[in-house]
Order: sequence, then structure tokens, then C-alpha cells
Amino acid sequence: MSSAELVTPGFGGGLRDVLRSRYLLRLLVAKELKVRYRGSVLGLLWSYVKPGVQFVVFWFALGIFLGMNRNTENYPIYLFSGIVLINYFNEALGNAARSIVGNGGLIKKIYLPRELFPVASVWVSAVHFVPQLLVLLVACFIGGWSPGPVQIAAAVAGFAIVTMLAVGLGLFFGAANVYFRDSENFVDMLLMIATWASPVLYSWTMVRDGLFDAFGSGPGEVLHTVYQTNPLTIAVELFHFAFWMPTTSMPRTDPLLAVPPNLLDIWTPIGLGIALAVILGGQLTFRRLEGRFAQEL
Amino acid sequence: MVVAVDVQSISKQFVLRHTRSIKEAFVWIVKGRKGDLSQKFHALDGVSLQVEQGESVALLGLNGSGKSTLLKHISGVMLPDSGTVRTRGRVAGLIEVGAGFHPDLSGRDNVYLNGAILGMSEEQINERFESILDFSEIGQFIDTEVKFYSSGMYLRLAFSVAIHTDPEIFLIDEILAVGDEPFQKKCLAKIKELGDAGKTLIVVSHDLDLVSKVCRRGVLLEHGRIVMDGDVADAVETLRNRH
Repeated sequence: MSSAELVTPGFGGGLRDVLRSRYLLRLLVAKELKVRYRGSVLGLLWSYVKPGVQFVVFWFALGIFLGMNRNTENYPIYLFSGIVLINYFNEALGNAARSIVGNGGLIKKIYLPRELFPVASVWVSAVHFVPQLLVLLVACFIGGWSPGPVQIAAAVAGFAIVTMLAVGLGLFFGAANVYFRDSENFVDMLLMIATWASPVLYSWTMVRDGLFDAFGSGPGEVLHTVYQTNPLTIAVELFHFAFWMPTTSMPRTDPLLAVPPNLLDIWTPIGLGIALAVILGGQLTFRRLEGRFAQEL
Repeated sequence: MVVAVDVQSISKQFVLRHTRSIKEAFVWIVKGRKGDLSQKFHALDGVSLQVEQGESVALLGLNGSGKSTLLKHISGVMLPDSGTVRTRGRVAGLIEVGAGFHPDLSGRDNVYLNGAILGMSEEQINERFESILDFSEIGQFIDTEVKFYSSGMYLRLAFSVAIHTDPEIFLIDEILAVGDEPFQKKCLAKIKELGDAGKTLIVVSHDLDLVSKVCRRGVLLEHGRIVMDGDVADAVETLRNRH
């Protein structure tokens, strides 16, 4: 019994501790999923209904009214493959940013790796992402989708980028929210921008042409590179490449223009790199701020 | 003897912040930092404490003397501004039982969730589940949602989980007032049993008679400082005479 060393309590190993307490993480996720739709008739079906309605709204407004159906082949699949990914990001980050304050009662009383809460929030969102992905897959198969290993890898990379971004930003804003409750409102604003700042509703060529028209070719090129560096843009384009592109064909869709050039060999490593940096930055900030959680909550 | 808890001259200042938004902080800076945006006070002021393995220590003092804050430092929930805290072996807090309970989950789910929060593994909970259920006297209501429990049932289940975590160091904060008298006696007997089994106990309670039964050593705190450290009977006596 006395073999253990004297250690300083309250200094965890950060995200590594989360890996060590996988069982608790699983229970926290199960709790969230059980509690989320308690007392509702449709239950988990809401995970289908909400994106379904959202999809129909966008499809009417953009596809039919604004004519996206005409200049983009299989626009519904294009639209939906982006929407599911952005929805995942929005839900994950929105909940992760609130998770520390939301679990304040527990954090104030018992020591446990606090990174568990943002990670559990992202995981719960990933569970909600699955039914949407299934709907997308059905739509893709109807559209004649036959993926190769490259497509699968692209989808995995896109998912990984968004997950790491959500965990990293969730750690950062979740910790900041303890000190300033403005943080969660800032996140809401950020999420509103995220949907429009990545090529979910429109195509990347429209961004390029629009920027060139408005700012000339020099500044336009710079702005377009900035737009392209957004890891969400890269992730969404990876999903387009994986799910939408295989359903298109030559005369209507030019494979060279369907997704941005160098998506796989240059932009994907950049996106993964940025996401990794964000997760490290989030973890560092979280570690610096968590020492005072118990007294600030 | 082996030291189980080693607290070296820790201090903790609390900021009583009046504002919680960036706007108010900004206005305060623009106005030339007039007035106090925050007030500070010392919750702990140079506290040193060594507890040996198997000792049972009572932390005594009036409200606001720093007892619970000290306990939170030992559990790692709070980190000191200066000084060090070190512990040997697993620490579990019976601090405000039921903190990890969720009203919408069944008693069974809550046992697993709370057990895991307190650091038990899945196998450990499975193994001790029957014992937890027996001790809590919840019986058939274990699969009922906790929100339908009476407050006594709720606390009994929570206490039962906490007592089964089996750490080396037990931190007990004002939880002995659980349930009706028979159950209280049972809890007390269980805690004494833990003490006899060589567990280190650190107890915070305002029930001085009860504390003197459980603990041998008493540490008296006042305004964040230790003013006395000795036999529990003497510490209780001193506390009573001072006020």
C-alpha cells in the first residue's frame, strides 16, 4: 500500500488522461445520448429530421430559386455532403464550448481529467453524425457512387480534420468560457460564419471568380488562398471529392475543376497540420486555465 | 511511518470578481481603473500539514476558516497559489455526495457513472455492485430514475457508491449527516471500519461530537491558518472555548 510515490494532485496528463479514462468517457457519452432526447416522441429520429428539413430548405432556396441545380451536377448530393460535415462541426464545437461551464457542479467538487467533457461533447456529435452519413451514402448509391480507396481515405481525412478542429477549439473556448461567458456567444457567431466561409452551399470556382472580379487578379489570388487555407474549406472539399465527385460525369462536370487543384497532395496535409496545431494550442490554453476552474465556476 | 499527505506552506487567494463580461472589464479599464474590479481574500495562508498513513484527522473550524478549501487542494480540484501539495496513493473525496448524479438516469446507471467519476474501473463496479446496492438499501428502486427518489434514498445511494471506491486516502466533507439515524450509524460504522483497516481519513464536519468519535487527531483552522494541531478532544475543546 505504501509502494506508491508522493505525487502532486491536480496535474493531469491532458488529453492523454482522456485516453486512460476511456470507460468514464464512454459512460459520459452514453449519458448525453440518453438524456438528450428524453421525453421526446421522436427521440433519435430528430437527428434525421433536423438535417432533413435544413437540406430541403437549402435545396429550394439555393438549388431552385438561385439556380444552383442548373450549374452544378447532382447539386443535392453536393449540398448534403457539405452540410453533414458542417453540422457535425457546429454541434461539436457549440457543445464543447459549453461543456465545462455546463459540468461546473462536478468540476468544482471532484478532480477528474476535465478534458473529458469537451471530448465527450465532440464524440456525442460524432454519434449524431452517423445517421446523416448513412442518408448521404444512400443518396450517393442512388446517384451511382462507386468509391475507391482514395475516396474513402479522403472522407476519413476530412472527418479527422473537422474532429481535431472541434476538439482543439472546444478546449480553447470551453476553458475561456469559464472566465468570460462571452465566449459561447462568440462561438455561436463563429459557427454562423463557418457555414458560409466554406464551399458548402456554393462551389469553389464561384469564390475564385467572384474574388477576381471584385478585387482584381492580384489581391483576388491572395484572398482566395486565404479562403482555401481555412481547414473547414479543405475538409468540405475532401467530402465533395469523396462523395459527390464520383457521381458526376465528364461533359457536365470537368474533373479538373470539380474540386480545387492540389487538394489531395498539398491542401490536405496543410489542413491536417493546421488542425493538429489547433488541437495543441487548445490543449495548452486549457492546461493554463484549468488550475482556476474550481474557484471561477 | 509513511507520509500519505504532505502539504507544504500553501496559500490560496480568492478573487471576488464582480464582473463576468469583457464589456465591464473594458469599461473599467477605459475609465482609468477606478474602484476595485475585484476584491481578494486569503482562503489559505501558509498552511502546512502532514498526515501519516492510517491516521484519521479532523479539520475543525468555523464557516469560512478554510477547511473545505484545504480539502479541495488535497483532492486536486484546486491548485495552490504557492506551496506544494503531494499525496501518496489514490485519493477519493466523499465531497458533497451525489455531485456526479444525473436525475434523468436510473439508479443503476448513476452507480456506474458516479463510480467511474470517482475513479473505479468497470470490473470494480461490477464486482462491488451487489455490495453497493445492499449498503444503500435501495432495493427494487435501483432501476427507477433518480429524480423520483426521496432525498434520503438519493443520498444513501450516493454515499454507498462513494464508500465503495476503496482509495488509500478518504476525504470526507460534511456528509455524515446522511439519511435517517440507523443509516447514519451504519455510515459511521463503515467509516470507522475504513479507519481500522489502515485507510487515511481526513474529515471535515461541524458535528464535533461525531468527529471526536471518528478521528484521533484534530487540526483547528482560523482565517486560513492552522492555530492548533493535536489530540482531537483538545482541538474540539479549544474551538468551543474560543467562541
